[in-house]
Amino acid sequence: MNKEKAGIKWLFKMAWRDGRASGGRLILFMASIILGIAALVSIQSFSDNLTDNIGIQSKALMGADFIIDTKQLPNERVKEIMDSLGGFKAKELNFASMASFPKNGNTKLVRIRGIEGDFPLYGTLETEPSEAANEYLQEKGALVDATVMLQFELQVGDQIKIGDKLFPIMGTLVSAPGNSAFASSVAPPVIIPYSSVEETGLIQIGSRLDYNYYFKISDTTDLDVLDKTIDPILDNEKADMDTHLSGSRRMGRSYANVGKFLNLVAFIALLLGCVGIASSIQIYIREKLKAIAVLKCLGASRKQTFSIFLIQIVGMGFLGGLAGTLAGVLLQLSFPTVLKGFLPFEIEVSLAVQPIVMGLLLGIFMSVLFALLPLLNTWYVSPLQVLRIDESKKRKGYKERIVVLTLIVLSVFLFSLWLLDNTKFALGFVLGVAITFAILVGIASLLMHLIRKYFPKKWSFTSRQSLLNLFRPNNQTVILLVAIGVGAFLISNLYFTKDMLLAMTQLESSSDSPNIILLDIQSEQKEEVRNNITPQGLSVIDDIPIVTMRIQTLKGRAVNELRNDTVTTMNKWVLNHEFRVTYRDSLISSEVLTEGDWVGNYDNVGPIPISVADNIARDAQLKVGDTIVFNVQGVLMETQVSSFREVDWARMQPNFSIVFPTAVLEKAPQFHVMTTNAPDVSASASLQKSLVQKFPNISVLDLRQIVSLIEEVLTKISWVINFMAFFSILTGIIVLIGAVRTSKYQRIKESVLLRTLGAKGNQILQITALEYFYLGALGSGIGILLSLISSQMLANFIFKTPFVPSWIPFAVLMPGITLIVLLIGLSNSRSVLLSPPLEVLRKEGD
Amino acid sequence: MPKILNVDELAKTYQSGSKKLKVLDGISFAIEAGDTFSIVGPSGSGKTTLLGLCAGLDTADTGKVELCGSDIGNLNEDERALLRNREVGFIFQDFQLLPTLTALENVSVPLELQGDASAKERSIGLLKKVGLEERLDHYPSQLSGGEQQRVALARAFSNKPSILFADEPTGNLDEETGEKVIKLLFELNKEAGTTLVIVTHDLELAQRTQHILRLKGGKIIANEKVILT
Repeated sequence: MNKEKAGIKWLFKMAWRDGRASGGRLILFMASIILGIAALVSIQSFSDNLTDNIGIQSKALMGADFIIDTKQLPNERVKEIMDSLGGFKAKELNFASMASFPKNGNTKLVRIRGIEGDFPLYGTLETEPSEAANEYLQEKGALVDATVMLQFELQVGDQIKIGDKLFPIMGTLVSAPGNSAFASSVAPPVIIPYSSVEETGLIQIGSRLDYNYYFKISDTTDLDVLDKTIDPILDNEKADMDTHLSGSRRMGRSYANVGKFLNLVAFIALLLGCVGIASSIQIYIREKLKAIAVLKCLGASRKQTFSIFLIQIVGMGFLGGLAGTLAGVLLQLSFPTVLKGFLPFEIEVSLAVQPIVMGLLLGIFMSVLFALLPLLNTWYVSPLQVLRIDESKKRKGYKERIVVLTLIVLSVFLFSLWLLDNTKFALGFVLGVAITFAILVGIASLLMHLIRKYFPKKWSFTSRQSLLNLFRPNNQTVILLVAIGVGAFLISNLYFTKDMLLAMTQLESSSDSPNIILLDIQSEQKEEVRNNITPQGLSVIDDIPIVTMRIQTLKGRAVNELRNDTVTTMNKWVLNHEFRVTYRDSLISSEVLTEGDWVGNYDNVGPIPISVADNIARDAQLKVGDTIVFNVQGVLMETQVSSFREVDWARMQPNFSIVFPTAVLEKAPQFHVMTTNAPDVSASASLQKSLVQKFPNISVLDLRQIVSLIEEVLTKISWVINFMAFFSILTGIIVLIGAVRTSKYQRIKESVLLRTLGAKGNQILQITALEYFYLGALGSGIGILLSLISSQMLANFIFKTPFVPSWIPFAVLMPGITLIVLLIGLSNSRSVLLSPPLEVLRKEGD
Repeated sequence: MPKILNVDELAKTYQSGSKKLKVLDGISFAIEAGDTFSIVGPSGSGKTTLLGLCAGLDTADTGKVELCGSDIGNLNEDERALLRNREVGFIFQDFQLLPTLTALENVSVPLELQGDASAKERSIGLLKKVGLEERLDHYPSQLSGGEQQRVALARAFSNKPSILFADEPTGNLDEETGEKVIKLLFELNKEAGTTLVIVTHDLELAQRTQHILRLKGGKIIANEKVILT
């Protein structure tokens, strides 16, 4: 036999002819691709912008991209390294000193920050008046912490004496970047010019000094890599590198989680794109099967028919990808204008390359990929179909289908990996979605089987017809149930995750979180201190008992023996450490149980069950069940590790390495830590004033400056989470609408036939409405139920936070999606109801 | 005259649910080139299945079909497609025009598949012959049933087939239109000298062919030569 003669040109011609005539249909199918891609590109791009913006926040907290700090003036090697990094842009000499105020003769321990250069490189030095931030360097003046100003009733223009030198107070220091040592900032800051430090006479041999050098580098430099390369070299020179990334890590889990959340959103955007593409291509190809049989009958080969539609899909994917990318970029660029007034911060929108490339690639690649499965059917379409002969139903190409399915899963995984840059996340997400998909397909098949088996023959005509539509030939049950189910699953996952993360940021930024910590309160002072706090309108948030103790024996071995053990690899600091231990009956919000069982109350049987922070457990090489004997001021107590906790040390609250259950240490000698929240500077100052006078032994830690900086960032984070969640949910719903809309042509013939046979408009509407109602309710219900499981897993494994499901997805999302699906179904049949049957068939049938 | 179609002991079984359904059993006949031939029988007698097997749209379980000198059982699907494109024309009860192609494009497809550079001119000529020169750029949905079947006729003859299979060609048309289409079919066939095989349950139409093969229950009950008046 001779080879086929029609060349590739003919294939393109046929693809074009078929596409051209498909007109409106093609646009409908392409709309799904466009929506999917637009969702991906805009979500991804904006999320990139927000990530950058959040990145800038952590730079603003540090005031630089990174800092190099040393305890003495840098040696030649360190200077060389600093030069090789482009040289520092600002430097700071930092030390604690007593300051006095000639105005009223008061003194206070402050932290002197001698500054030189463009400090801060990011963020602002907020002062009152604002000009003071620029003038103090030229005028050789000082900027004094706002609480101190209030506490000692100081005014701008007064003087502050540091060492031998008097400085004019140029302004009140409201906030300044670079207060990186959150937990240790016992003393309030005073900023003076670096050049004036010498004149104070405080710099002598043996002084405890910190030199900080502030650096700015290009955006393309990978700070993590730089940190890993440079830091060990600096360590040898007794210097240290601290990047803004580690600063942001110190800001706690919600800061880190926003990155993970944006990753999740990007992944969901990718899937939404896929759902849009897959569902439309699936239905599109199915409509073409008859034409393929005719072409084969006329002598077209399998390769030719396959190629014609492959070319068409590539074209649709390319155009859809292009239009979708363009729409996505326009949408992203319009965000700042549209959202003006809602944005809690200035955001710079720039075009990110990755989402655009991804949009274009994904348009073609995913279209082809998801078309392969239905296109495989074209390979096995028999020309016999033109003779109305239904061949045996045996599905052909089983192996090829498996290969294509594997290819789809692999591609989604690779795209996710590219997007998330984390194999574990990508694998987990893809597996989760694959399982959801499988469950939905399984339920759809089971549903069809059950309806067929227990068909309610006595139901009304319309009810029976709508049920029949679910399983008879040409049904759309599996495809729509999967599209709706996966859509609802993704949307409700976003909702639950948003709730989870917002609860976390609220917890960290709420007005209940302490910003003043009172240390070393003796038991007998407790009531009096409390009586000093509450009359000022403040409340005591925590009253935490602290008992100090040391380890006597560890896992049955005496501390002395362990100290001399040269073989053990344990971190020996724990052996010498005086632990500040508390006791309580429950975990607090900064803690997550990672192993073992939490025991809140000791029942006087056996060793005392204690909970150990995981970092201590690692250093001391402990396992759950190990025993430790503590020496509590002379009394030995045998304990057993019952659980490990992950502690968020960045939280502005007292956290503990070791927690005892209640009913053990109540009688032990102890002191207390109290926390409160001072809403403003004056409240903080007056509290400090009254406490310092009455209780000289109590140290007051004012974390307000740091807390307010963090609160600001957390507010932004909440906004980002809220916005991205709702934007993605909205996009998801639009993609879903697109996917369901593609089913328009599925039911037209049946509806017209019924219309021809005399069915009333109402009956057709009822049949359609019921069918779409079943699909909508079932799809969204299952999707949301499955999302409960996945959200719980996200909470456990990724966000490490408790998950309390909200009722909103069930009460709003499920009925909402069902209603939307139902409305689209009805609008799909509108043409049948409004025009004569023949006209509809000619216009919309094939 | 040489045999253009040779059918020998043909049998075909379809699976219907859990049951096996024997649609054709022990069918043997031959058709000479240039003959007109009709296959008649009641619904379910296996007419259309037989046509599908003869035209190379399907393969038999047992027996042999030799079409234009090729044993169809020895050809793979693409080789059978090529054979159809070169040697076979089709007319179907429900026209089977490609809905997204115009009348002219529908007629051109078999020729284009052959790589024929004059596909357009020849197709226009054929459409003129069937009286549709004004409807070249119309889509099937813009044509009446009779017009669609005339486009199908033009398409069936476009590749100058050696043999033309027509499956209930008037089944979807009213009597008057049906008559016009049949007249046209016989005229074109006579002009082209094509072998014509018609599957029909219309005995009047069958009487216009030279041979009538009668089927019942998947078996031949008569193979008659018609004396044309």
